[in-house]
Amino acid sequence: MATQHSRAAARFMIAPSVVLLLAWMLIPLGMTIWFSLLRYNLLMPGENPFVGFENYSYFLSDPAFQTAVINTLLLVGGVLLITVCGGIGLAVLLDQPMWGTGIVRIMVISPFFVMPTVSALVWKNMFMNPVNGLFAYVADVLGLPAYDFLTAAPLASIIGIVSWQWLPFATLILLTAMQSLDSEQLEAAEMDGASSWSRFYYIKLPHLARAITVVILIQTIFLLSIFAEIYVTTAGGPGNASINLTYLVFQESLQRYDVGTASAGGVVAIILANIVAIFLMRMIGKNLDA
Amino acid sequence: MGRITLEKVQKKFGETEVIPPLDLTIEDGEFVVFVGPSGCGKSTLLRLIAGLEDVSGGDIKIDGTPATDLPPAKRRLAMVFQSYALYPHMTVRKNIAFPLKMAGMDEAEKTRRVERAAEVLNLTNFLDRRPGQLSGGQRQRVAIGRAIVREPAAFLFDEPLSNLDAALRVGMRLEISELHERLKTTMIYVTHDQVEAMTMADKIVVLRAGHIEQVGSPLDLYRTPRNRFVAEFIGSPKMNVIDGEEAAHRDAHAIGIRPEHIDVGEGQWEGRVGVSEHLGSDTLFHVHDTGLADVITVRAPGEVNYKSGDAIRLSPQTDKIHRFDDKGLRIA
Repeated sequence: MATQHSRAAARFMIAPSVVLLLAWMLIPLGMTIWFSLLRYNLLMPGENPFVGFENYSYFLSDPAFQTAVINTLLLVGGVLLITVCGGIGLAVLLDQPMWGTGIVRIMVISPFFVMPTVSALVWKNMFMNPVNGLFAYVADVLGLPAYDFLTAAPLASIIGIVSWQWLPFATLILLTAMQSLDSEQLEAAEMDGASSWSRFYYIKLPHLARAITVVILIQTIFLLSIFAEIYVTTAGGPGNASINLTYLVFQESLQRYDVGTASAGGVVAIILANIVAIFLMRMIGKNLDA
Repeated sequence: MGRITLEKVQKKFGETEVIPPLDLTIEDGEFVVFVGPSGCGKSTLLRLIAGLEDVSGGDIKIDGTPATDLPPAKRRLAMVFQSYALYPHMTVRKNIAFPLKMAGMDEAEKTRRVERAAEVLNLTNFLDRRPGQLSGGQRQRVAIGRAIVREPAAFLFDEPLSNLDAALRVGMRLEISELHERLKTTMIYVTHDQVEAMTMADKIVVLRAGHIEQVGSPLDLYRTPRNRFVAEFIGSPKMNVIDGEEAAHRDAHAIGIRPEHIDVGEGQWEGRVGVSEHLGSDTLFHVHDTGLADVITVRAPGEVNYKSGDAIRLSPQTDKIHRFDDKGLRIA
């Protein structure tokens, strides 16, 4: 891209895709914003009058809204904490030379290939079910009462399930980062008298900083919109105990047929996601600079 | 104090014996260079001394105390790596202070030592930079700085100059030699470059396939190489080796004569000049069709003019001819 001519040609050639992607993004966004300003309920056909911010005030004053925001943040934070810590641990372990590394690595990655609905169903019916589940069986063997995970601790259970799905992703990214660490650095640290903990803390962990940042950013994007796992396991319940923003929007639009309020919820979700993104970039974005 | 003794030290990777049992003593304060072609085991030997590899047999003693089973950190040795192995996320100051921090030294002493090392190595202005912002030579100096603050019993250098460009290499070579003059600490230096070995070493250890071919001062090796391998490895350009009739004539299986020990102009050998390299101080001729060897290299002092294709007469300095028997060993 050296000459003015080639720069102009480059702009010309990427223009169609930029226009297409922009339209792809702007039209749904514009429609969502427009719908959020209308009284638009599928159960009440007829006029869809413009009502300004009425939908927003309904949505924001809904007692479920506050719960949904807190749950969303807990879900994102909890899963990030578990997957990043667990991912670092697994990456350190899998980086060790051992027999059968190839098979172990594939096994570690496999949960990521299972689709969310399926893994949520497996966890719900085969592990967490208080009658037929594996955990209930183990509790029974130990002489303890069975624990009804999805009723007694619905959000924590969902955090567990989602963490199980995302741990392979974190492990994979962190493992590749770990393998790019120059072994001479570790040897130098060893000569310098660093214990294995010090080598981890002063050499490996800083080396992983950028990869950890990437894991956190990518996972946050996906974790803010967790839906299938909640739908399949608790359906947001009991009550609103495991509801998140995405699920609240779903309830408004497809269970109460209230397109206007659901659109308002969607816009609120976008704003909240951006707030989270700004905070994240402030906190850890500097790790991405070379 | 840094007297290092190797007794029957041996290293195997699986079934392959990389270093057959080997004895070597490195005296306190000596500058020892391990030199040999790539794959000769010189780096492995250094890593055995450092403790980064476990020996398969034999003993390593540092100042008389057995060190074979000590972890690297306990051997009081400091190492400079080929890639420098600086910690990229730490400033130069933190890099140099790292071994002191690991040793749990107090802040004041740490600062004092780091600043002194920085002064010795001309790094004072770079202490707050990161390795990524430094040039190759500066990184090299940081790596050395990290080694000297520990005040180790001996320094180990693993081909430290091979990532530098030619001009910088000459400069750093001098700096390392001066550092040795000043610190008088034992240094073990691994290189494949015989010029580095010749210019820096008190004692050169020539290795081939894990075997020590010869140990001696640079000039010992130059004057009296024990065998053909050492003769051809030490010296640049490399020694001419002639076998056949000319050698038999001198009661040897092969004879060797260094390019600088051949006089140009007259004499019993006759050939045709191929490529000539004019260095200014010297002129190197590659002489063909002598009937002695494929090519005879000759170094003539000053500027001597022969063109490609010219006939040239050569005469070896008889007292500088090395004679070798059929096993390649030197005949006294």
